[in-house]
Amino acid sequence: MPIDIAARVLANRPLSSDYNVLALAAPAIAAIATPGQFVMVKANAGADPLLRRPFSIFEILRDARGDVTGITILSKRIGVSTSLIYDAREGQRIDCLGPLGRPFTIVEPPTHACMVAGGVGLAPFATLAQALRARRVTSTLFYGARSAAELFYLDFFRDLGVELLLTTEDGSLGERGRIVAPLDRRLAGMPASTGVMIYACGPEGMMAATAKTAMKYGRPCEVSVERVMGCGLGGCYSCVVPMRGADGVVHNVRSCIAGPVLPGDQIQWD
Amino acid sequence: MDLSVHIGALTLKNPLIAASGCFGYGVEYADVVDLSTLGAIVSKGLFLKAREGHAAPRIVETPAGMLNAIGLQGIGAQRFIDEKMPELRARGATVIVNVCGTTIDEYVEVSRMLADTEGIVAIELNISCPNIKEGGIQFGCSLNGTFDVVSAVRKVTRLPVIPKLTPNVTDIASFARSAEEAGADAISLVNTFLAMVIDVETRKPKISNGMGGLSGPAIRPIAVRMVHECRQAVKIPILGMGGITNARDALEFIIAGANAVQIGTANFVDPFIWPKLLDGIRDYGQRHNIARVSDLVGTVARSHD
Ligand SMILES: Cc1cc2nc3c(=O)[nH]c(=O)nc-3n(C[C@H](O)[C@H](O)[C@H](O)COP(=O)(O)O)c2cc1C
Repeated sequence: MPIDIAARVLANRPLSSDYNVLALAAPAIAAIATPGQFVMVKANAGADPLLRRPFSIFEILRDARGDVTGITILSKRIGVSTSLIYDAREGQRIDCLGPLGRPFTIVEPPTHACMVAGGVGLAPFATLAQALRARRVTSTLFYGARSAAELFYLDFFRDLGVELLLTTEDGSLGERGRIVAPLDRRLAGMPASTGVMIYACGPEGMMAATAKTAMKYGRPCEVSVERVMGCGLGGCYSCVVPMRGADGVVHNVRSCIAGPVLPGDQIQWD
Repeated sequence: MDLSVHIGALTLKNPLIAASGCFGYGVEYADVVDLSTLGAIVSKGLFLKAREGHAAPRIVETPAGMLNAIGLQGIGAQRFIDEKMPELRARGATVIVNVCGTTIDEYVEVSRMLADTEGIVAIELNISCPNIKEGGIQFGCSLNGTFDVVSAVRKVTRLPVIPKLTPNVTDIASFARSAEEAGADAISLVNTFLAMVIDVETRKPKISNGMGGLSGPAIRPIAVRMVHECRQAVKIPILGMGGITNARDALEFIIAGANAVQIGTANFVDPFIWPKLLDGIRDYGQRHNIARVSDLVGTVARSHD
């Protein structure tokens, strides 16, 4: 059952001129959230902008005793709402509804986990990496961005024992090019007897390429889609994704309640 | 304050109704709001058959509002009866169905199917969706078409028949009169305003369908004016809507002439809005010493008195 909290901003940490991490006092949401779920956030009172925006739950915050105190969201400034998130002040209240949506499937050892992130699509992987680590699943983060300055939280993942494979479009860190190239090489080199699960989140083109690469090697792949969303609860039918159903027919599926995590091979990519 | 509302033989426990297309099939919200506390819920638009609707993106935000062209995606009348009504009945929801059609025969057939289903208390006829070519707007934009659909459905059910009017006409009051003459028990208004948003960088419309329907606070003053005009034109109850976000807005519609109000877009922003609206209306009743919410309907004072 989702909870709506007028959450106090505990901290707002800019990571770059566009990216920031906003910490919100929402313990009741943090207590029940699972990796891949999201919150619907509204940073202003009043009607302009009117609608909430979906954000993946980035981190679960805990106090010194280990009790949950809130969540963080990772945001990239692209419009009015994300500018309000970027400029939010400590102490300010932000409406936060969640946790919402279907989470990732957490695999068991000896299956190896490949997390594939593009840009702000890193967001769902911090909690996923922790959950995988708790189950002793080995994992690799394939993480691509425009430049080195937009690759964040590398130490966070390193500290969890996650192997990092980085790409940048300008070659300023890691391999130059797109993140699907090293994923493809890695999958090509893995014997069929080794179990692999692929998780992806990022720009549409990157997720499509990741899902197709997974299919090429016959590997399962879950993608966390990001669609324009009106309500987050299944009320408005805005956030649909065309998916091939069990009947072989393509249906428009609401990504807010059937997803945001969906099986990559059933999505009609184009 | 007595909050009950009468629509023909039907009594609603309060004037708050979840608007069609903004509340899924109702079951989606069962975790968030006690469905039995609402005056009624209106289903998403139902055709005879399932429809997939338009491609995404289907919505874009506008100043104090939003544009949508969902394209009436839906599961069709029979699956609604089989898959959604059992849970809605179990949860004590008062269900109004939003009936769509591409022909008068389809409106009649869908209405007949649904009218025989336990738990459905009224039929709202969607003759006003601006987003699909053959989805009733051709009836809703013609006085004869409105009359014909309403009178055809009137003949096949004893449930209240409530045509939902489009604001995309010059004189909405004449459509209210047509509906009343055809035997409508009430009218709903307004559906969304046909509108457009263009990305100047790409020169492309921002939603896949090109145009869409505008809803939310941006349309409220026009919707209030239209409810006021229709109140003057007809005697039947009016279910008023368009941009209601708080109790003050709801009261504005009631004073303009609405017997009950529907809430659409605001439910997306705050799904916990319902008890807040109810409290606000009760509070107003107490402050102004009003015994029944129905005493407020159509009580606009002259502006210079
Ligand atoms: C996403 C969306 C879907 C809608 N779908 C329907 C529908 O299926 N049938 C209908 O009669 N009206 C539909 N409407 C119109 C609403 O029921 C309502 O008339 C309109 O949005 C104005 O009210 P509001 O400003 O409170 O949203 C839809 C509106 C929105 C925003």
